[in-house]
Amino acid sequence: MSALLSVEGVAAGYGKITALHGVDLQIHAGEIVTLIGANGAGKSTLMMTICGSPQARSGRVVYDGRDITRQPTHLTMRQGIAQSPEGRRIFQRMTVLENLRLGASVVSPEYFDADLARMYDLFPRLKERESQRGGTLSGGEQQMLAIARALMGRPKLLLLDEPSLGLAPLIVRHIFEVIRELNQREGLTVFLVEQNAFHALKLAHRAYVMVNGRITMSGTGQDLLNNDDVRAAYLEGGRRETAGA
Amino acid sequence: MATASNIRPGPTRAASLEQGAFVWSVALADAAKAAALAGILGFFFIGMKTDIAGDGLVLSYRWAALGHAVLIVFLGRLLLDALLGKAAPVTTQMLTAGIFIAGIAGIMTQDATGGSLPARALVGAVLGGLIVAVLYGVALWRRRPAPARAEATRQARFAIPIGIALVLLALTLPFLITTFLPGQQRQFIDLAILILTYVMLGWGLNIVVGLAGLLDLGYVAFYAVGAYSFALLSTCFPFIGFWSALPLAGMLAGMWGLVLGFPVLRLRGDYLAIVTLAFGEIIRVVLLNWVDFTNGPNGISGVPKPTFFGLEFSRGEGGFADFFGLEFSTIHRFIYLYYIILALAFLTNFVTLRLRKLPIGRAWEALREDEIACRALGINTTNTKLTAFGIGAMFGGLAGAFFATRQGFVSPESFTFMESAIILAIVVLGGLGSQMGVVIAATVMIGGIEMLRHISFVGQIFPGVDPVQYRMIIFGLAMVAIMIWKPRGFISRRNPSAVLKERKSIGADLVSQGEGH
Ligand SMILES: Nc1ncnc2c1ncn2[C@@H]1O[C@H](COP(=O)(O)OP(=O)(O)OP(=O)(O)O)[C@@H](O)[C@H]1O
Ligand SMILES: [Mg+2]
Repeated sequence: MSALLSVEGVAAGYGKITALHGVDLQIHAGEIVTLIGANGAGKSTLMMTICGSPQARSGRVVYDGRDITRQPTHLTMRQGIAQSPEGRRIFQRMTVLENLRLGASVVSPEYFDADLARMYDLFPRLKERESQRGGTLSGGEQQMLAIARALMGRPKLLLLDEPSLGLAPLIVRHIFEVIRELNQREGLTVFLVEQNAFHALKLAHRAYVMVNGRITMSGTGQDLLNNDDVRAAYLEGGRRETAGA
Repeated sequence: MATASNIRPGPTRAASLEQGAFVWSVALADAAKAAALAGILGFFFIGMKTDIAGDGLVLSYRWAALGHAVLIVFLGRLLLDALLGKAAPVTTQMLTAGIFIAGIAGIMTQDATGGSLPARALVGAVLGGLIVAVLYGVALWRRRPAPARAEATRQARFAIPIGIALVLLALTLPFLITTFLPGQQRQFIDLAILILTYVMLGWGLNIVVGLAGLLDLGYVAFYAVGAYSFALLSTCFPFIGFWSALPLAGMLAGMWGLVLGFPVLRLRGDYLAIVTLAFGEIIRVVLLNWVDFTNGPNGISGVPKPTFFGLEFSRGEGGFADFFGLEFSTIHRFIYLYYIILALAFLTNFVTLRLRKLPIGRAWEALREDEIACRALGINTTNTKLTAFGIGAMFGGLAGAFFATRQGFVSPESFTFMESAIILAIVVLGGLGSQMGVVIAATVMIGGIEMLRHISFVGQIFPGVDPVQYRMIIFGLAMVAIMIWKPRGFISRRNPSAVLKERKSIGADLVSQGEGH
């Protein structure tokens, strides 16, 4: 089985800093793959390198059989990859509807109405807030908007960077539920970077652990959940949280 | 920008003053510090002067001028502390304003013959107090309890009727002027043409600065390219008239917009501003020094006047007046020029408003907000920036061609940094990205500068003062005042570019939430 996206020995960084040291990672069509790791491990960098900024210094990124390592970001985003970047990056002064329209920049306008209706189905909250400015949305609403905006690009592969950051457990559950639904119903492939390791690993088919710019462990989500090292490093807080809930 | 200030309000001077009450000793010490600094710095810049004497340079000192500068800084600082610190009672504000104006009045009138210094200072103090009292009244009135977001909705509700009224006014203005102000028709139509030129330039720059968020300090370069394109084309090729040169001038300027756009693609903010500033100056210096091509500082004269479908606005056979059986009048040509620039301005506005609703326009605005997010959504930021530069420059070029035909003469002098600054000020004061704001700001600024030329009453209060000389100071102060009063420009409301029809009514209301970000 060939991978939809395969990252092969990728090294990348910023200026003198090298953030990724030869990362290998595969994502197959229809999978949810989670990447966990400590702050500064290089998770966001990997996600951005897949998109082409920063570009990989060595190694290859292959998507759908094509080498996209040196391809400009905006072209990559037109080939069925969409991203909800770290920090959400909502267009603050533009309305929810305008944000969604911008998300659909890469697809033909004929799909817009149907896609919009679908987004409002997934996130009814966005429909209520349609004419509100992005910057005045709550954190949870902004995250929903960031995901919906990415989905408006009709991706085959959705990259999500810490969608649960700073959100109440209820909202996190809702967002993860939506991801699962998209994956099961529409076969959307998802690459999820998360700090919220417990939920993310439960959601994932497969998962990777990154330490200091290197992949140190991989396996099914359930494997990693049961792994003692992973539990010690990433799940103690998560377990307490779930025990309390 | 908005979020950053939300997260961590910077401990600015104004903010810290707002928290504590106004304390005279603190304010005085503060003012003294500022004055001392001004004295030290000013000693070199103001206090010393070199003159050419027989055997070289001699150094002389200008203690009076230095003293004045220090006094102005001292009083100004005091005034700022009193006005910006909310806790200062209105009496203090009035007192400091009075002292400030009295001091200025004292300095300004020192060489005048009539009136003793204390008397003049007293008049100044009373005037200062009065001004502050009026401002305070306005502030109280504005702060009266009002339904939330009243201002934004008010702006929204009146936008369309005001727009229609303004269009009608613009279409009929020359006739209103010739009917009601027959004595000064030439002067007023000229002023209207000037204002419209700046409206057009403002709208053109608004694409670059207001929508795409690329701070361009050298916009006048494209204005110059347009003007010189037409001037040179018409002098080299006699068959080229205004109408044939207009699109060429626009294209050439647009091309230069792209030429500038390429090297600055990676720059943002301050760096972009510096490079564009330099670009504007380079164009001017080239025009000045490439004498063979541009005739240098002497400029190019004899730029043809526009014709009306081949009819010239000249006296006698075959002229415009003759053809239509009208009595010849020079005013016809001015009215015609007025309609040309009105049409060009409308074109600029129309194109901008259309583009805003298209993907490219939305991409400009998105680019202003977050370049990384744009790229992540598959938007080609390179092309987006280049089109903003190119289209903005093109309109600058069209305005430049109009300028050339109106003046009949172009020289590098007309394209100094000051022009860029005024155009940028119009865009910023109007409210970045707001089309209506540009109209208001251009009218207030260009009209205001002209009005200041004609004020004579100040000279009667302070004998020996020529208000024309202080025009730019008054103008600058007015700009500062506007930015304090309306920090986001006259029109801060942003029309969403995408609205679903059936939900339009809630739209306007909810969009305005969070006004002031
Ligand atoms: N633009 C940048 N310039 C320089 N260094 C950067 C830049 N972005 C990230 N880094 C560095 O690269 C390393 C990896 O950062 P990255 O953002 O990928 O971490 P992360 O795993 O996403 O962390 P977190 O969970 O905190 O988001 C860090 O050491 C960081 O300081
Ligand atoms: Mg990160």
